[in-house]
Amino acid sequence: MLIEALTLQLGYNATLVTIGATLLGLTAGAVGTFLYVGKRALVSDAISHATLPGIGLAFIAMVMLGGDGRALPGLLIGSALSAWVGLLCVSWLTYRTRLTEDAAIGAVLSVFFGAGIVLLTVIQSMRAGRQAGLEDFLLGSTAGMLWNDAVILAVGGAIVLGLVLLLHRPMALVAFDPDYATATGTDVRRTELAMMGLALAITVVGLKVVGLILIVALLIIPAVAARFWSDRVERVVLIAGGIGGVSGYAGAAVSASAPDLPTGPIIVLMAFGIFALSLLFAPDRGVLAVFLRHRRFQARVHVRQGLLALAQGQPIYERLTLRLMRRAGLIRADGVATETGKAQAARALLDERRWEILRADSRHEWAAARYDGLTPLERVLTPDQLVELDRSLRPEGV
Amino acid sequence: MNVTLAADHGVLTPVEARADAPLAVRGLTVSYGEKPAVFSVDATFEPGAMTAIVGPNGAGKSTLLKAALGIVTPLSGQITCFGQPMSKARARVAYVPQRASVDWDFPTHVIDVVTMGLYRQLGLLGRLKARQVTEAMDCLARVGMDGFADRQIGQLSGGQQQRVFLARALAQKADLYLLDEPFAGVDAATEKAIIAVLHEVKRQGKTVVAVHHDLATVPEYFDRVLMINTNVIAEGTVADAFTEANLHKAYGGRLATAQMRVAG
Repeated sequence: MLIEALTLQLGYNATLVTIGATLLGLTAGAVGTFLYVGKRALVSDAISHATLPGIGLAFIAMVMLGGDGRALPGLLIGSALSAWVGLLCVSWLTYRTRLTEDAAIGAVLSVFFGAGIVLLTVIQSMRAGRQAGLEDFLLGSTAGMLWNDAVILAVGGAIVLGLVLLLHRPMALVAFDPDYATATGTDVRRTELAMMGLALAITVVGLKVVGLILIVALLIIPAVAARFWSDRVERVVLIAGGIGGVSGYAGAAVSASAPDLPTGPIIVLMAFGIFALSLLFAPDRGVLAVFLRHRRFQARVHVRQGLLALAQGQPIYERLTLRLMRRAGLIRADGVATETGKAQAARALLDERRWEILRADSRHEWAAARYDGLTPLERVLTPDQLVELDRSLRPEGV
Repeated sequence: MNVTLAADHGVLTPVEARADAPLAVRGLTVSYGEKPAVFSVDATFEPGAMTAIVGPNGAGKSTLLKAALGIVTPLSGQITCFGQPMSKARARVAYVPQRASVDWDFPTHVIDVVTMGLYRQLGLLGRLKARQVTEAMDCLARVGMDGFADRQIGQLSGGQQQRVFLARALAQKADLYLLDEPFAGVDAATEKAIIAVLHEVKRQGKTVVAVHHDLATVPEYFDRVLMINTNVIAEGTVADAFTEANLHKAYGGRLATAQMRVAG
């Protein structure tokens, strides 16, 4: 079943859902990166919750006009409008009042969501509202996904991706250094609104698939996971898009391969799985890499200290130092230095003496700044400079 | 113009402002809440000069720069840059913000920060040409940071970060450089490197304005001084304006006598 789902052979609906979810994941990952690096991740939560009253009002309006309250384009337009109002509220509260952004987000999110739930309850009591299925927008539902829904996702996603490409420079600049952005003529507030507008757009088109409660995960998790793999924002955007796309694709396929598996939550769990792998195993920034680097560094410090102690005939007490030196063949099991150990100890001591002279000499100020107790001086100075330095060493050294 | 207004207040002797001065502010007032940080400031920054903006903590030095650049919105006042409103002259202005104003964990490399100085010129989609990358590398070399192009910015020391910001400003090839405390919290080597670059910029006929904290180095580094404490205390050449009497007016009792001796 899973293989068939992954190769899009599980029927019309499953294929539509899988393609739609892939596009959604890709776009949400790319847009979400700008929110994340600009420390605006939570704004997306306010946006998504603020869609709910719009859905309710759009339904009521369409029914009152005699149409089908469930028409998706109408519901999406309603949700976009109310999310935009929510966004403006957050922006206004943050810029014009003493409220900080997190407080503004909390206020807007809960008020809009509360209003939305009230509207849904009202709709439940309407005759046309019994089978409206508007609750599907809370957690997403792909069971009845139609060709039109997939088209909305594809077109919406493509437009949003195009705008991300167009605006990536100002958005990155504003996220990194808003004051400099202003000084070079970028309108910071408009750029931020555009960035959040893109998040809003992708939230709205993704409502049907993952639902408004979980869409924030699709905006943020891919970006956070991608950050482990690169130190450059443009690459983080690409990687986040990739992670989002893969999560959408795999999540939709998995949920299609077994009955009653909800699509949205499975997609989010897929994204989380990739995040967890990145967190643990990413080179350089992953937890494992950081741990190993720390251990290697610790070992270098201990061996260096041990060697200096050996050279000066001082006893070594620390057990970790003894173990590391034994393993490196610098001392024997009984703690006596081996030939290698003696040679390396002498070199370490010489190095330390050279550093001492260097650091006392103002002409070597730039090199002295590189002293960390570990770096051999040979790596800082040229051989000629070393010979020069050793001249002042000899009289007392021999 | 508000020159007369300021004169009426007895704040300063009005200097006949050159219409095309690199930067001129008239009657500039900026307030956070209802306490003005900068009040009715008139100042003209001379072309080709290096001017220090000095004054005690909270005197509005950084605010003055930020208002001139439109980063904070003034309550009143006029700002002209080379005789034009700032919005029309941005291509000629480079700003070096305070180092603490950004998140250094941001995913970007040193070279990427320098090329931000070219964004205006590149537009939204223009691709970075090889020649521009070389120029950006040259800017890094001028501040002694060419060996660090591919480092993530968070791995740099404070002084190195400051030099990268200066390199970004150099990449803009501006005519007016506005620096906000470029020497705050940097090592001695960086301070020397930055001042050397700024003097070189000045020799090319460009104008430098820096918010400066260390009174002891003012006569050595700068030609002119704008001394403020909410309003203007003194403006002019170092010899004319940077006097003990003016320092007393600006700093009151807050000026350490040791600092005074060096300065005076």
